[in-house]
Amino acid sequence: MTSQVTSAGTSLIPARADSQGRPGRPGRELRHRIGAVQALANGLTLAWRNVTQLKHSPEKLMDVTLMPIVFLVLFLYVFGGVVAGSTHAYLELLLPGLVGQMAMFASMGLGTALCEDIHKGVFDRFRSLPVARSAPLLGAVLGDTVRFCVVMAVLTGFGSALGFRFHTSPLAIIAAYALAYVFYLAMCWVSVLVGLVAPSPETVQGISFIWTMPLVFGSSVLLSNTRTMPGWLQAWVKVNPVTHLADSLRALTIGGPVGTHVLYTLAWVAGIVIVTFPLAMRMYRRRV
Amino acid sequence: MAIVIEAEGLTKRFGGTQALAGVDISAESGQVLALLGPNGAGKTTIVRVLSTLLRPDGGRASICGYDVVRDAVEVRQLIALTGQYASVDDELTGTENLIMICRLLGTSRSAARGRAGEMLERFGLADAAGRAVKTYSGGMRRRLDLAASLLGEPEVLFLDEPTTGLDPRGRGQMWHTIREVLAGGATVLLTTQYLEEADELADKIAVIDHGNVVASGTPTELKARAGSQTLQVRAVDRSYTQQVADSVALVIGTRPDISADTGLVTAPISDPALLPAVVRLLDDLGIVAAELALRLPSLDEVFLTLTGHRAEDADPQPATRNGRAA
Repeated sequence: MTSQVTSAGTSLIPARADSQGRPGRPGRELRHRIGAVQALANGLTLAWRNVTQLKHSPEKLMDVTLMPIVFLVLFLYVFGGVVAGSTHAYLELLLPGLVGQMAMFASMGLGTALCEDIHKGVFDRFRSLPVARSAPLLGAVLGDTVRFCVVMAVLTGFGSALGFRFHTSPLAIIAAYALAYVFYLAMCWVSVLVGLVAPSPETVQGISFIWTMPLVFGSSVLLSNTRTMPGWLQAWVKVNPVTHLADSLRALTIGGPVGTHVLYTLAWVAGIVIVTFPLAMRMYRRRV
Repeated sequence: MAIVIEAEGLTKRFGGTQALAGVDISAESGQVLALLGPNGAGKTTIVRVLSTLLRPDGGRASICGYDVVRDAVEVRQLIALTGQYASVDDELTGTENLIMICRLLGTSRSAARGRAGEMLERFGLADAAGRAVKTYSGGMRRRLDLAASLLGEPEVLFLDEPTTGLDPRGRGQMWHTIREVLAGGATVLLTTQYLEEADELADKIAVIDHGNVVASGTPTELKARAGSQTLQVRAVDRSYTQQVADSVALVIGTRPDISADTGLVTAPISDPALLPAVVRLLDDLGIVAAELALRLPSLDEVFLTLTGHRAEDADPQPATRNGRAA
């Protein structure tokens, strides 16, 4: 860092350009590029901003607080008897599936928030500062992690109150939530991309709704037995990353063979990030 | 004097709109350059190019000798942007906003808090420091925006329409604050729709119309070209409007402008002594004036004189916001 900020002292007034050397060039030492360490520091500062916003308006966490409760209660008591014979048996199947589903849904708010920031001009200020180009996006994704934590805490807490019990080792349970988080991070970049492409914050939700529905419901989230589905849907369910995620989560929380599901999930995560991250950065540079 | 802000032949097109059509401007160290023009003239686009937010299609621009496209990282360490689009965060408090900017500029956590408090005090926002910015008045927001811009001690400050939308009192306060900042000799690029504002604050004015610089010079030079003052007369009885216009024409020697809506007769004049002559003539004719005044010409009148047409709101602004064509 140069002394540009710390030397601020008592001066309210910007310093006059020092005309030493090339005409118009100030004496101040300037950096030519912004390193990874600074990019991370900038990202963390902007994540702090998002968390501080949540602190001021906790009502923004209402969706991630109520969503898991509503979904859990509805699916459990509507489908429980039919799908698994009893609600208790279904809860074991449903909760890990919902962990996957909520990881997906929690990432959707990000696009809307991002689109709002762009429209309000907050991003223009960030981009006119000597901060890393990626910092505002990085900060948004990191700051949004709060929503993920809330949704998972409510879902797991409420599920436990209804009678859900883990059957695996603490390590496997941690692995399950870590996998859900990694998947959530990947989906965040899709959400970012939608936020950048959408013409207005209001349209972001509509667009997000359309692409998440087939992924979430055309999967094994609600049922592990997919044999009664028509062939084309079975094919879709088989490739759907959410299926692999839900199956991995089940194996890691209630036991059973983990098999290749975790690998498939991680492969999907890598694939999604490899495609959406550079695309999001490109759109961001063009759009903002 | 060293040239600090320089632009040559800047062009930019958004879809079917030529936002910039070859803009040349320059400002020396310590100068205040005002870009004066109506909505959609291209002022904000110029600021966005100079502040590295938008790539020009053609031409080049530099800040302190650093190219705004090639050396964008350096330029961002030299500039600060404030105004209609570069905004503060509504949901954070004044203190939090300033701490965030300090932290982004690399100040340590504790130093950032001290610096934020100091700036809020200076800008008369100490009482509102702990309140969310969305509860601030328009004038307070602008002052916070300006305070945020100055945290990095910029060499060049962009003030994009700093008083648009403020009431006269807020505008007066903002001018006072800006003048304090200017007293230190910063190089400033100011955009405005008000000639009065450019006149108050700027050393040099460039009049922008349809993405071109149509006139430039000191405020005095421009006003001399546009008539230094404007005479306005309105008869109590609207049916006398034509006679009022004829009388004014007789005294000043050129046809005045008549507003059909309000019956207001206006004409640029350079000799204030003509006012009493108009008064005497109207008195002789027995016409009672509801309004009779000399004032600075409005942007509209400057435009009419300099460009031969009125300042209309073309407004390709939404295109710059969405930047989809960019």
